[in-house]
This record gives sequence, C-alpha cells and structure tokens, in this order.
Amino acid sequence: MIKNKLFIYLLILAFGLAAPYLFPAYKLQISILWIFIILSLTWDVQGGQMGYNTFGNILFFGLGMYLCSSIQIGLFFPLAEWTASGGEKTFVHTPIQYFQGFFIGLILAGIIPALVAAFIGYGILGLRGHYFAICTLGLGIAAGEIAGGIELIGAGQGMTSPPWPKGIGDTELRSEFFYYICFALMVCTFLFLRWAYQTRFGLVLNAIRDNEDKAEAMGIYTMRYKITGWVVSAFFVGIAGGLMGNMIGYIEPVETAFAGRTFGVFMVIMAILGGKGTLWGPVIGATAFHVFKEGFWTFFLGWQYVALGALIVVVVVFFPEGIMGWLREKYPERFGEVIDEADRKAQVELE
Amino acid sequence: MDLLIFQVPILMVQASLDGILLGILFALIAYGMALQWGVMNIINIAQGELVILGGYIAYFMYVAGIHPAFGVIVSPIIMYFVGWALYKTIIFRVVDRDMFISILATFGISILTQQLMNFIFGSDVVVAQSNFGTTFLFNYMVTLPNAKIFAAGVSIIFAIFLVIYMRKSKLGRAIRATAQNARAAKILGVDTEKVYAATFGINAALCGVAGSLIAITFTLHPYVGLPYTVRSFMIVIIAGLGNLPGVALSGMGLGVFEQFADYILGTEFRIGSVFLLLVLILVYRRFKLSRKREYLK
Repeated sequence: MIKNKLFIYLLILAFGLAAPYLFPAYKLQISILWIFIILSLTWDVQGGQMGYNTFGNILFFGLGMYLCSSIQIGLFFPLAEWTASGGEKTFVHTPIQYFQGFFIGLILAGIIPALVAAFIGYGILGLRGHYFAICTLGLGIAAGEIAGGIELIGAGQGMTSPPWPKGIGDTELRSEFFYYICFALMVCTFLFLRWAYQTRFGLVLNAIRDNEDKAEAMGIYTMRYKITGWVVSAFFVGIAGGLMGNMIGYIEPVETAFAGRTFGVFMVIMAILGGKGTLWGPVIGATAFHVFKEGFWTFFLGWQYVALGALIVVVVVFFPEGIMGWLREKYPERFGEVIDEADRKAQVELE
Repeated sequence: MDLLIFQVPILMVQASLDGILLGILFALIAYGMALQWGVMNIINIAQGELVILGGYIAYFMYVAGIHPAFGVIVSPIIMYFVGWALYKTIIFRVVDRDMFISILATFGISILTQQLMNFIFGSDVVVAQSNFGTTFLFNYMVTLPNAKIFAAGVSIIFAIFLVIYMRKSKLGRAIRATAQNARAAKILGVDTEKVYAATFGINAALCGVAGSLIAITFTLHPYVGLPYTVRSFMIVIIAGLGNLPGVALSGMGLGVFEQFADYILGTEFRIGSVFLLLVLILVYRRFKLSRKREYLK
C-alpha cells in the first residue's frame, strides 16, 4: 500500500518534470492545470475540510495578481505612467530587474493577501452557513468592481504585466520558466496541506465542519483555526494569482483577476467534482475538469458558459459526493474502511 | 470624486426621491425572495436573472409595437410558467437538502441563463421607451420620470394584491402553513410539492413584474442580474423573513443609499458599494449576534 502510494507520487513528479518536453504545445495548458489544482486544493481547506463554503477566495487570487504586477512595475518605474500607456511598452525591464521584481512581487503577493485574510477573517468567518457563502460572494464581486474603478491600476481597462525581458531567451524559455514555478508551487501546496491535515490543525478543521458548537464546547478556539485556515488558503492563492497574472500577461479586473464567473466558480466546481473533504479529490477534480474544459470547450465554442452552468447544476444536484466519494462508496476497502457484511446485506434488503 | 451633491442641496431631494421609487422596485423582488426563502428554505441566486428575463419579455412587446407597460400583465404570466418549469426540472431536487447546494445549483442556473439570454437577446444594453413624460417639481429643480412613478405604483399594487391573496386564498393559506411546518402541513393534507411549485412560480412572476418595470425605467443587459439578487438578499436579511413593512422600508433605504453612493462616489463604484454594503451588513449582524450570545452565556 505504501509502496503503491510512493509509486503514484513518483509518477506524478516524473510527469510534471517531463511534461514540457513531452507535450511542448500544451505547456501553458498544463501550467494552468497546476494553478487550477492549487485553487481547488485551497478552496477545499474551507469548503471541504472546514465546511465553510466560500465564493470569496477569488478575492485573494485577484489581489495577488494585481499586487505582483504592480510591485514588479512599481519598483523600477512609475506605475501610473505604465498603466496610462496601456499596451505600449515605454519602459523595459532589464533581466535582473525583471527577476528581482518578480520574486519580491510573488512573495508579497502571498503575504499581503494572507494578512488581508487575517484582518477580515475575524469578522467574516463568524458568519455561518449560507450567510458566509453570500458574504464571500459579495466580497469577491465588490473587489472586482472597486478594482475596476481605480485609475492607478488601469481601472476597467486593466493593465499589462511586465513582458519577458529581452536578451535571455525566447518565449519557449519563458513558458518553461513559468511552467516549473507553477509546478513547484503546486507541489508545495499539496505537500503542505498533506502535512497540515495530518496534524491537530486538520482534525480541528474537521471538527469545525462536523459540529462547530461542540468543538467550541470542547475547548477549542475555533476562530483561531478558521482564520489560520483562511490565511493558508490566501497565501497560496495569492501567489498563484501573481503567477497567473504574469503568465497570461494581461490583467483585467472582472475577467481575469476577480473572475468570479470563471475561476471563482471553477475552484468550487473542481473541488466538488473531485470530492470535497479529501486530499486527492481536488486534484482529481481539477484534472478532470480541465480536461473536460479544454476538450469540450472547443466543441461548445461560444456556448462554454451554458455548458459550465449545466455542468454545475448536474454535478451539484446529482453528484455532490464527487469522484472520491463515489470511489469510496464503491471500494470502501481501499480507503481502509472495514465493512460489516451482515450490516451491508441488511441495508440492501432495507432498500 | 464628485461632490456636486453638497454644493447643490436640491440634488439630495432628487436622489432621495429617485432612491425611494427605485427601492420600492427592489422591495418587490425582495418580497419574492423572502417568500421562497421562508417557504422552501432555498436561496435563489438566479433571482436577478429571472428579473432580467421578465424585463426582456416587456422589451420584446415594445419591439413588436405594443406599449411596454402591458408587460406588467403579460410578463408575470409567462414568468410564472418559467418558474414552475424551473422548479419541476431542477429546484425540487435541492429543496430538502443543504442550503449551500441550492445556492450553488441556482448559481449554475444563473450562469446558464445569463449566457442563453446573451445568445438569444444579444449583448446590447436595451431600454423599452414608455413615452410617459416627466414630472417637474420645485420649480423645475427636481425631475421625476413618470415611468418611475408608474413603476412604484404598480409595485405597490402588486404587493398589496399579493398580501391579500396570501391571507385570503386557499393556496395562500397552504403556502403559509408549509412555511410554518412543512411536515405538519403534509400530514394535514397539503400537497407540499404543489405548494413549492406554486411558490417558486409566484416568485418568478413577481420577478417578471419587477423586470418589466425595470425595462421601462432603467436599462436591460444579460449580465446585470446578480446585483438584483444581492440587493434582494440584503433587503431580506435586514428586514427578516416575513416582515413586510420591514422589506418595504429597507428596500427604500437601499435605494436611497445607492443614489447617494452614485452621487458621492461616482457611478463606477455604484455596484461595488452595493456589494460592500452587503458585506458590512453581514459582518455587523455577526457582531451583534455574537454580543447577544455573550449575554446568554
């Protein structure tokens, strides 16, 4: 069993490392897949493990995206002139400037959303159930609308993130660079959450999901754990946002950054499709969703949102347990569950 | 930032009157939301899309050469059946389940409807001209389009009609009984399935009325549904379920708030301020409740 698991990890690692050479045409797509996995994994910290269904993690995604690019530009050039000049690149980063800005931007794109999560967490995580869901939905959309009104970061028109510096290789190198950073971040997120779920932290999150009042009565300061969980999510989502902004090269408030209608929904649907509340569920769900999306989007060209809406309804209504839940139902032995045969027979007879 | 409103105080009267008339419309949508929330225990994110869909019915009557004001009669009838069909296909599967499932499922419906409307009706901003003229007040300082006054009047008439219907009719009694205790109502012979379908249909019909009024007073666009959902949600949580005067008052309050935000912060922050207000209200409510819990301890 343990050997088996190690084998799967090594297989994924080998695939991740070799993919840009195996499928050079799909580099960007696979990078986006890693981003999707990060998004759904971190959504699952709230939605699955903690039972707090958030629509608002997109807030940190957009925040990270804007922060990273603004810092990259703002460190060396006046930001207002950059955004005012629109697509025309009047300023050019030297390679050293670019990478300095990129790494500082990326780190701050993780830290600042995490601080924001800690700051607003006390107010918002006190809400329960659907109030929390609607509140975070409002938060994400409000952020998009407000970002669309700020002139400094390009208002409704959006801004460009700094282009790849000249003189150190072509676009191939650029996409490989971003690919490996995305992959590394995905691995970090996965390993961190895998470790975190094994500690007391993971147990407390599950206790909050199962019965928050009882957990509180047992002497757990649930609010601290809830905020910590959100901070962790915000950190990784923020970095993922910063990466995504650089990768696609253009930031638009409602369509890419605070994209409640695309990424904001994707992360929820991916985690639910894979099976929320499990470690592997979001990974499987994100992969399945991405394959579905890329494979069928072209057939549904123009109808993608109709397909997305229909997919959400179908998954949520008919398949709320997700792929992992279905597997668990089918092969409980694999999940280390002992089945009482007599009980099972009785259940079947009851039905 | 445009602070014209403080230099010309008469604009405050303008903004307040506009806001009140607008708020009555919001209250009508919120009434539908409170109805389905109370009876079926679901939150319908697609509420705004139903409103916009109802608006397009009035708009197409206008395109066909009929006066759009008649949409107030036609739109609810069509929307009732749309709501009923929606219930029979999807909503009935989520009624007894976790509320989040209803939120997510209706969110999916909302995305689907938005996109379908975009395909069928086009992505242009449209408006149905009513040619009702304008009323001038205070020596031409304050202008009120008659269409807005008409809209507020029709909303009030529909709301009163609905209240009486809920009190007096058999279906209204059944709906109220189901809201109080669905199981007991079932035991006493109420067909709750039918009641749910009718409730959702009535909600959709209310959205149809509101939508056709929005078509003649404001503008329609396939993607502007969500703010209406959020506004009605906000009104319902401020007022509480089943508190009709509260719904009307908080609707007007929200309308006035929006008009002032429009003048003070600028139009680009209007929708943003609505969503931010939602967050602030929920957080305020959370602190109020937690203080109450402290007292209990």
